[in-house]
Amino acid sequence: MDKTENNKAWWLVLPVFLVVAFSAILPLMTVVNYSMQDTFGNNQFFWNGVGWFIELLDPSTDLGGRFFDALWRNLMFSGIILAIEVPLGIAVALAMPRQGWTVAACLIVMALPLLVPWNVVGTIWQVFARSDIGLFGAVVNGLGIPFNYSQNALSAWVTIVLMDVWHWTSLVALLSYAGLKSIPDAYYQAARIDGASGWAVFRKIQLPKMRRVLLIAVLLRFMDSFMIYTEPFVVTGGGPGNSTTFLSIDLVKLALGQFDLGKAAAVSIVYNLIILAVCWVFYTVITQMDAKGRRS
Amino acid sequence: MARIDLQDLAHSYHPNPASDADYALKPMTRTWDDGGAYALLGPSGCGKTTLLNIISGLIIPSRGKILFDGADISTLPTEKRNIAQVFQFPVIYDTMSVYDNLAFPLRNRRVPEKEVDARVREIAGMLDLGRDLSRPATGLTADAKQKISLGRGLVRSDVSAILFDEPLTVIDPHLKWELRSKIKELHRRLPLTLIYVTHDQTEALTIADQVVVMYDGGVMQSGSPEDLFERPDHTFVGKFIGSPGMNILPCRLDGTTATVGDQAIAVPNVGRPTGNGPLELGIRPEYVTLAPVGIGLPVQIKRIDDLGRSRIARVELSGQALIATVPEGASITGTEASVLLDPRALHLYEGGFRRAPTQEVRPQEVHHG
Amino acid sequence: MLTRRFVMGFYLVFLMLPIYWLINMSLKTNAEIISGYTLWPHTLTFANYIKIFTDSSWYSGYLNSLQYVAINTVLSISLALPAAYAFSRYRFLGDKHLFFWLLSNRMAPPAVFALPFFNLYSAIGLFDTPLAVALAHCLFNIPLAVWILEGFMSGVPKEIDETAYIDGYSFPRFFTKIFMPMIASGIGVSAFFCFMFSWVELLLARTLTSVDTKPIAATMTRTISAAGMDWGLLAAAGVLTMVPGAIVIWFVRNYIAKGFALGRV
Repeated sequence: MDKTENNKAWWLVLPVFLVVAFSAILPLMTVVNYSMQDTFGNNQFFWNGVGWFIELLDPSTDLGGRFFDALWRNLMFSGIILAIEVPLGIAVALAMPRQGWTVAACLIVMALPLLVPWNVVGTIWQVFARSDIGLFGAVVNGLGIPFNYSQNALSAWVTIVLMDVWHWTSLVALLSYAGLKSIPDAYYQAARIDGASGWAVFRKIQLPKMRRVLLIAVLLRFMDSFMIYTEPFVVTGGGPGNSTTFLSIDLVKLALGQFDLGKAAAVSIVYNLIILAVCWVFYTVITQMDAKGRRS
Repeated sequence: MARIDLQDLAHSYHPNPASDADYALKPMTRTWDDGGAYALLGPSGCGKTTLLNIISGLIIPSRGKILFDGADISTLPTEKRNIAQVFQFPVIYDTMSVYDNLAFPLRNRRVPEKEVDARVREIAGMLDLGRDLSRPATGLTADAKQKISLGRGLVRSDVSAILFDEPLTVIDPHLKWELRSKIKELHRRLPLTLIYVTHDQTEALTIADQVVVMYDGGVMQSGSPEDLFERPDHTFVGKFIGSPGMNILPCRLDGTTATVGDQAIAVPNVGRPTGNGPLELGIRPEYVTLAPVGIGLPVQIKRIDDLGRSRIARVELSGQALIATVPEGASITGTEASVLLDPRALHLYEGGFRRAPTQEVRPQEVHHG
Repeated sequence: MLTRRFVMGFYLVFLMLPIYWLINMSLKTNAEIISGYTLWPHTLTFANYIKIFTDSSWYSGYLNSLQYVAINTVLSISLALPAAYAFSRYRFLGDKHLFFWLLSNRMAPPAVFALPFFNLYSAIGLFDTPLAVALAHCLFNIPLAVWILEGFMSGVPKEIDETAYIDGYSFPRFFTKIFMPMIASGIGVSAFFCFMFSWVELLLARTLTSVDTKPIAATMTRTISAAGMDWGLLAAAGVLTMVPGAIVIWFVRNYIAKGFALGRV
């Protein structure tokens, strides 16, 4: 759509700008301020310059070590859940019934996990995966496989990955489903006439048409898994040991647990910059894709 | 390369159709010759798309059979039917080049790559797509995309019928004519049975040798463009074909004299009514000529419309609305005039259906354009 | 066809099983829960639910949560509407950067903001009020609402606006009387997502409240007591947190696919 040049439009955006700026910029300024200071307690701060940042980016220090550990853990977690949720979500979207009341029924059941408060998601799986009172833990143990998420790191990871798949695959599936719904019937008919196999229909019609929504699904899932906090915190509290301590969990420990404000602030800034960078890449790709789509 | 037979074919979207009204397509039996060009013409909801979908295999008919060259294919899936189809909106594979788009149906059927290449280049040449072969298909104009959809049907050597589902809907008006003549030309060059669905009579009459006019799930008339114009089997066909459509006047009949209102009209060449339903007299505006008062039947002029090449007069004959042709150069003054009806172009309709005379006669040459 | 049904069936069972287990547990006595797992409640009890509905420290948690969620949804949508209109209709100084900056806040990790928010809202005396949580959630819900609404508004032809102005409508009257009804489903979809993200968030909600406006999610941690874990009560509270979500889904079920189709969540 052709837009008119009009700087008065700023008046319409101003309320949003002010409210979001109040919530985003003021706190960030506090964070930047803290990140440059150190304290001996008693609310006495002194200037520390970029000291925290140097320590943070050096994996051999205490702070840098735990930051990079948490970062790798988090990246691994994001990688695993993307590798499961994206294909599974597409498969579920393809498996959606075509019409009838079952469509609404499936949509409602699928949307349900998305509306469960995140700590309750944690609670559900905390209970479900316990070997004494939970169905999942008991069944796995019953099969002769030792499973205890509060003592075994692998069990903890399996529980948390399964929980995330349970919680968020529906988002990928709903996005993919919406993408599939936007394909006109004529495409499928034409493909049948052209003698295309099911796989060719998927590769040449469905996947290209889903490209945009899938990109957004990957973006959202990457971002949300990169800042995951509540759900694993409820289930494992970051343990056993530090095996499920992701970036946000580590940050909250640092800030609210140890009140190490300077270090926490430095972590926050680096954390935020990573997210901003990834966000920018996706945003650019998506807007370019839209511009191209509009031209053709 | 196939003769298509429809045998007592009917379809209903209800599981247990009780009455005629439940049928989206009423029972029909007809034969479409190999290599013919047929148009299915009718307003939306007339069943033409249902019929097309039955031929393409998207819908399994609830009654009757459809045969290609004598073989029953009623329940065969689309991919086994050897048909090609061009849809209302261009269907192209976004991620592929024009070349790959055209090669797609052949590659799916494991045709050797050398043959694919020869075939793709031949068809691309016919469709004037030769220079675009290596371009991505997604950036092309709507008419080029529609040509690609058509080309994907034509590359296959086994295609027996090619179906068009209102293919010119999204094409710019000035390119419609071009694409239409391209389709016509291809039909002359390639031995294909062509079935063309449209609600646009110009498209149907220019492309097809045989036009099937449909209304409310049934075939009203099937014939050459001339048949439909000169001898409409039903008042619906009379009104639907032609612009403006046929004049239909309720009448009484006494021997060879029809009476409209208080005016007697000689009808020397119409069939005999059987006593079922009301009688109507039909005549195309092209055969009704406006004349000065006193020469023909007296009428009141309501309006004159200038169509550019010709003028038509909207008049009233004994209270009945009638459209007449204004002869070239005639000047009209006042509201009183008369009309001359070509007696050989008068048709008698009973309950909507034409009562044909034992011997058909041709009306005089139409005296304008 | 069979594979599709199998995949779907398997997935739905996978989704429902943990929820069933929670419901199952909420209807049991603690004695039955601890004595080993049973597939359905052998000693059916509603005591856990009765406790929540009669104990004000429990049910006030739900009311607190609903309160800030409602404030947030109304605030987010009413601020986002004019902004989305500006983005969909006009080019203005810094519009693209502003849009990206807004969106980047949707992606910002709440953990980064927890402590600064605590300081900020304490300083201005909003700590432990529903308004504090509602404002904090605006950080990600306003950008989201702007994004979704902009998508819907771009689908409305600009000629509509122009015709209305020619007919003598003022901007506010045109916006409320003509434009908003046209994008009603978009407003519905964005309200749904605002509700959803405010309802499920806990970290900020818990950080910014202490006694008076404690959200239900935080109240649930009280089930650990000296006598050990009160599993039945915890499960019942969890089940009840799913009810508002289920009700909202029921109302918007026909719009869900449409909202997702824009790919803007």
